[in-house]
Amino acid sequence: MRYVQEQCTLIYKEEIAKGVFSFTLKAPQIALRAECGQFVNVLCDPFQLRRPISIGGFDADAGILRLVFEVRGKGTDWLASLEDGATVDLLGPLGHGFPLMASDKKAVMIGGGIGTPPLLPLCRRYGKNATLISGFRTASAVILKEDAEAFGARNVVCTDDGTSGFAGFTTQALEEELKNGTFDVVYTCGPKIMMKKVAELAKAYDIPCYVSMEERMACGVGACLGCACKTKKEDGSSAMTRVCMNGPVFEASEVDFE
Amino acid sequence: MTDMRVSIAGVEMKNPIITASGAFGYGMEYNEMYPIEKLGGISCKGTTLNERQGNPGPRIAETPSGMLNSVGLQNPGSEAFINIYLPWLRQRDITVIANIAGHSLDEYREVARRVSDANVDLVELNISCPNVKEGGMSFGTSCESVEAVVSEVRKVCNRPLVVKLTPNVTDIGSIAQAAEAAGADAVSLINTITGMRIDIRTRRPILKNNIGGLSGPAVFPVAVRMVREVYKKVNIPIIGMGGVSTWEDAAEMMMAGAAAIQVGAALFRDPFAPLKIIDGLQTFADQQGLKSITELTGSVQEW
Repeated sequence: MRYVQEQCTLIYKEEIAKGVFSFTLKAPQIALRAECGQFVNVLCDPFQLRRPISIGGFDADAGILRLVFEVRGKGTDWLASLEDGATVDLLGPLGHGFPLMASDKKAVMIGGGIGTPPLLPLCRRYGKNATLISGFRTASAVILKEDAEAFGARNVVCTDDGTSGFAGFTTQALEEELKNGTFDVVYTCGPKIMMKKVAELAKAYDIPCYVSMEERMACGVGACLGCACKTKKEDGSSAMTRVCMNGPVFEASEVDFE
Repeated sequence: MTDMRVSIAGVEMKNPIITASGAFGYGMEYNEMYPIEKLGGISCKGTTLNERQGNPGPRIAETPSGMLNSVGLQNPGSEAFINIYLPWLRQRDITVIANIAGHSLDEYREVARRVSDANVDLVELNISCPNVKEGGMSFGTSCESVEAVVSEVRKVCNRPLVVKLTPNVTDIGSIAQAAEAAGADAVSLINTITGMRIDIRTRRPILKNNIGGLSGPAVFPVAVRMVREVYKKVNIPIIGMGGVSTWEDAAEMMMAGAAAIQVGAALFRDPFAPLKIIDGLQTFADQQGLKSITELTGSVQEW
């Protein structure tokens, strides 16, 4: 079984920025199977549809799973109201994650806001060879900097208003990084417009680039075709491809960002 | 123990629970979690003659106690169904229902011919998809067009034919009668009810298709009422569906008149929902001292 339905215990909840919550869960079955860039489909009990949330960390030995999510609507608001000790019904780990290179390769990751959490397991994987460029509106919205640095990664924080780190977009910071350093792989998750620009930059520098997509979802396992997004085939024709199963991570050249 | 077997148009299933078309693919994804052989049957993803890309996304919107979808019959086409998915299913002990759809009478005829020549147990004719511009539901909303498409498909279909009905009509009983008169061996109902949601901040519909089909617990009482109406009007078996999430729902819909039950949207909350429904129905039927689960069908005593 590549994925399971598991009743998980919420061990520790923390609001790490306004409206952004970190859940540490006892989820041995899912943690055992998890890979960087996969997600879980979380039952929000009063609601019909599960919420897809990226895996922000996993430790197979300890049986621990970490989810970092933003309250965006009623479902995530309900989820954020759970207290330590609560049981959370998770389906996962789902989808295809980020393809990994040897851990001595240099990886640069670009996260836009709540797109940052799925990049955290990559920071652990690549350690000191990881550069994380993460962008937020303002200093108080910055998340996961200490976590990334604890794994040995270098974290370039960008804020729109310049209250923390680089004043400007993550893509501007990426341009600087690409000019001054050499990287073997680019990973990104965040707003489509950001990922499109990241993909263009990676292409210009001839570096493989992997993007993590998001879509409204139902089954989460590839059966219902609810979450399909437009992708490009090698022959130039387009296809509707399941974000949940064929993704959420795609090679950048496959994705139609329009 | 109550005998859970049911028979639809001469095709025996080991229990009355079938996964609904579109919610379960061809079973491969859910087979990762449990052997799909535990199910009575599977109604496969709607198959058209050739591959279809379906509608652009977003295709899913949540609603109170339910959801809208506008997938729009994305499927790999009849050849892929017959050559790739059907052989995989036939290695398993499960009743296979091929769900077919089309744009035109010609397409319906051709896909029915091909699919029923293949090794399927039943053919479910979808004349009720709300998410395609031509064909689909437009065939299912008048008695004349229902008779036309069912009688044409009947001529070429050499398997028992189930006609899947749309609830987006004034009198579903007459539609069911038209299907029966034209040669349907069974009917299945209800497909989704058309609906719409709007994002009030962007003033845009959530679905790119603007409208979609409503399913989930929200539609359940409508489905029970329609199954009952159809039960009173036709003599062919009814496969009931629409918001069935628990074994109690399944029992209720059988009492309204369903001989078997399809489960769709409930899978998205709980992938194990169909198995829990089978177990719950078995326990209930045992407690009620039934010899056969078929005793539930149509057994409601109306006031």
